[in-house]
Amino acid sequence: MNAEGMFRRQVEVALTVNGEPVEARVDAGKHLVDFLRLDLGLTGSHAGCEHGVCGACTIRVNGEIVRGCLVLTAQLDGAEVWTVEGVSETGEMRALQDAFVQRNALQCGFCTPGMLFAAAELVERGGRPSREEIREHMSGNYCRCTGYEAIIDAIEQVTSDQEGAR
Amino acid sequence: MRLDWGNPDRPNSYIGRSVPRPNAARLVEGRGRYVDDIVLPRMLHVAFVRSPHAHARILRIATDEAQSAKGVRRVFTGADLCDVCSPWVAVLAHLKGIKSAPQHPIAVERATWTGEPVAAVVAETRAAAEDGAALVDVDYEVLPAVVDMETALDPATPLIHPDLGDNLTFQRLHEKGDVDAIFSAASHVVEATFRTGRHTGVCLEPRSILAEWNPGERQLTVYHSTQAPHMMQSVLAKHLDLPESRVRVICGDVGGSYGIKVHVYPDEVATAAIARVMGRPIKFIADRTESFATDIHARDHRITGRIAVDENGKILAIDIDDLTGIGPYSVYPRTSAIEGNQVVNLCGGPYDFQTYRAQTTVVLQNKTPTCQYRAVGHPIACAVTEGLVDMAAEKVGLDPVEMRRRNLIADDAYPYTSAAGMKFEALSHHRSLEKLVALMDYKGLRAEQAQLRERGVYRGIGIASFIELTNPSPFMYGIGGARISAQDGCTVRMDPDGSVVALSGVTEQGQGTEAILAQIVAEAVGVEVGEVRIITGDTQTTPYGGGTWASRGAGIGGEAALQAGLALRANILEVAGAMLQAKADTLDIRAGRIVDSNGGIERMDLAELGRIVYFRGDTLPRELSREMVATRHYITSEYAFAFTNGVQASWLEVDVETGFVKLLKHWCVEDCGRIINPMLVDEQIRGGIVQGIGGALYEECLYDGDGQLLNANMADYLVPMAAEMPDMVVGHVETPTAESALGAKGAGEAGTAGAPGAVMNGINDALRPLGARLTEMPFTPERVLRALGKLTK
Ligand code: FES
Ligand code: FES
Repeated sequence: MNAEGMFRRQVEVALTVNGEPVEARVDAGKHLVDFLRLDLGLTGSHAGCEHGVCGACTIRVNGEIVRGCLVLTAQLDGAEVWTVEGVSETGEMRALQDAFVQRNALQCGFCTPGMLFAAAELVERGGRPSREEIREHMSGNYCRCTGYEAIIDAIEQVTSDQEGAR
Repeated sequence: MRLDWGNPDRPNSYIGRSVPRPNAARLVEGRGRYVDDIVLPRMLHVAFVRSPHAHARILRIATDEAQSAKGVRRVFTGADLCDVCSPWVAVLAHLKGIKSAPQHPIAVERATWTGEPVAAVVAETRAAAEDGAALVDVDYEVLPAVVDMETALDPATPLIHPDLGDNLTFQRLHEKGDVDAIFSAASHVVEATFRTGRHTGVCLEPRSILAEWNPGERQLTVYHSTQAPHMMQSVLAKHLDLPESRVRVICGDVGGSYGIKVHVYPDEVATAAIARVMGRPIKFIADRTESFATDIHARDHRITGRIAVDENGKILAIDIDDLTGIGPYSVYPRTSAIEGNQVVNLCGGPYDFQTYRAQTTVVLQNKTPTCQYRAVGHPIACAVTEGLVDMAAEKVGLDPVEMRRRNLIADDAYPYTSAAGMKFEALSHHRSLEKLVALMDYKGLRAEQAQLRERGVYRGIGIASFIELTNPSPFMYGIGGARISAQDGCTVRMDPDGSVVALSGVTEQGQGTEAILAQIVAEAVGVEVGEVRIITGDTQTTPYGGGTWASRGAGIGGEAALQAGLALRANILEVAGAMLQAKADTLDIRAGRIVDSNGGIERMDLAELGRIVYFRGDTLPRELSREMVATRHYITSEYAFAFTNGVQASWLEVDVETGFVKLLKHWCVEDCGRIINPMLVDEQIRGGIVQGIGGALYEECLYDGDGQLLNANMADYLVPMAAEMPDMVVGHVETPTAESALGAKGAGEAGTAGAPGAVMNGINDALRPLGARLTEMPFTPERVLRALGKLTK
């Protein structure tokens, strides 16, 4: 199908975003990150490459982290989507967010929402991953500002606090 | 008033503390406001048709089909914008002989690099604009492309701009002392040719601009991801023929810049011009492919260097020949000659020697334009110098650290003028080196290295001393005629509730400018840091300033904030004195309260003072001045630049079978003068080191022989990722500049300046027993294997 035909075709979807029901008619070719940013005004998810490489668009769909620039909105009927705005409201990432602020694990902040989702996945697994394991896990997310060390420190802080509290 | 820096228990002691950044809390919740997050009523989107050829004549542009496509509102060619936007020529008067050709926002007659804008399509959505752009049909006559900088000046090479007469943009020769005589008499001379790979910034947020023309006010408002709002105001006003007062540039959150976003880009100017023509808000957000092909590139240099030393390893002379290719135009308004010029200024910079020759030759080519990127010229000068110093040490039989001890400028030799003519106020090379050696346990590492070598493991230690130019005066750009401010201002005011607002001309790019300004203002006025709000990035409300470049935010913007804060404090105390019938100099402000300087007894809080000043001014003496606001500006005057210094070390392992380099650890000891926020300085250093490592190991814009960029996407252009990066230990020596009360110099580029040289020396140290040497960046596995003779094809 040529691009024009693809965009002309519209699809109805009903999903929940950050716990709220959303019904929409979307272009069949519209990616989730564009839907969130353009249609719902949820600009916390960022597009750094629109190519599935940089990780800035990382969000959570049905409990798994995905690249919002690769997922088509049309395929999300019935899905449960969480963005950084939503998890900030529920407070479920508070510990990570606080650790990022305390450790200055962000500079420009453009990579940060995606980083947080990637980090949360590791934190939720529990245990006390080594720095190498944290580095390995975070290797799908670009950061051009920090040099990564502060991000690794912040995640290490949260995983070790969490283990300590068990 | 004097601040008692030595006393950490002094009142309001925010300067020197690791206070978290106030804006970070918002960014971790996804509440940043980057340009692409802004939506204006009736906004349209623009996408650009770009030249697929490195050099081509534009014969005909057929826009009909695009024009009638769904959602498309209008198509512009270069000719369509000629009446609204004048072309620019990027030259500066102090760069003698520099020349470049007029550049238009959209190519008019010829396209000169792959990616140059050729037409613009404006549509209701970005997707429609992109679809429309695909329907614009351009007939090109392909012209021979100038690709190789080595042959750019050959008589047989075609001219990119025939009017210029040749492909030479700029050349500078600096000579001090009798270089040839020293070289012919020296005990040892070593020589090498170095290459630094053309690379780019890869800001995660692409270049972004949203421009709106309001015909009623006759004002252009531009939301721009930029480092220099006032410079952009001036540039847009000039080329769109508007009064500067009618151009407002607003810069909110910026998703990374590193020097990439301090330049004038044709597509961004075109966006503003189109907004002016259409009277509707126009948004342009570069996509990633466009970013690779049109963000400035940098560091495309070939440098041949020689060093002469005596039998004790004392450096006698250095001789540098630098060649760089900058693309088809010098980039506006800073020019693309600065990088080469910095190579001349900075080679040999840390060392005590006075015979020096350096030449830079800056040529045109049909590739993406290059210009200033983080640490401009420093990583090149540092790698060349440190590479030569290590080679000389080897020749003389000296340990690299001992070699540096013998040659670094002595810590008590200041003020000192380098062989390149750079004036250093006060540096700390030796203290920094000794601190580094202790931090890394140099001896222990050497022992470990020797042990592992016996087991066939090749580890290396690379040392790189560096200097970094910060706090620039008008000698950098203003003197050459550019409207780029070296001065910066800050306005600090107290509101009725006793809280403080500070407006500054420097900008926030994520480095923490707003945090350090809040710390400085809080300390200067005498309030809690949380009571200070900082406003930056709006030409209509902040004092005029230069923005963020050349590591000037803390040193220049910070001093303006300090002086403005102290002035406000004095004003407040004068009013307090009148209210309390006390002498102003017996009172102090601590944590938002007026107290007796002696004993600290609280007399009144600032909210009460604010209430009376703003709402019951009738109760104050009529002649009492009650200015709850103060503005101060700051510019350096004694030194053209405040140089900083430091030294880095890389500890790494080379896999001699695969050619892979594994970074094990990295150290940096640096001296940026007074440290305002240690955590933020350390993170600037770390982020900078990793960008330097990118250039050393991974990043390169690869071109084929026709000038096609081969790796214009994130999958093929490699950048450092978390798994490959080492932990970095950062240490400090503090030598405040005496030019300002604050004493701060810059810290934003030191990491990038020194890292490539340290990594290169580490690799060569690892491979020394095998007789291999690498001098061409990036040091890819393939190049390592070639150097080892394991790849011959
Ligand atoms: S924008 Fe989705 S991975 Fe880069
Ligand atoms: S904080 Fe800027 S890209 Fe990560």
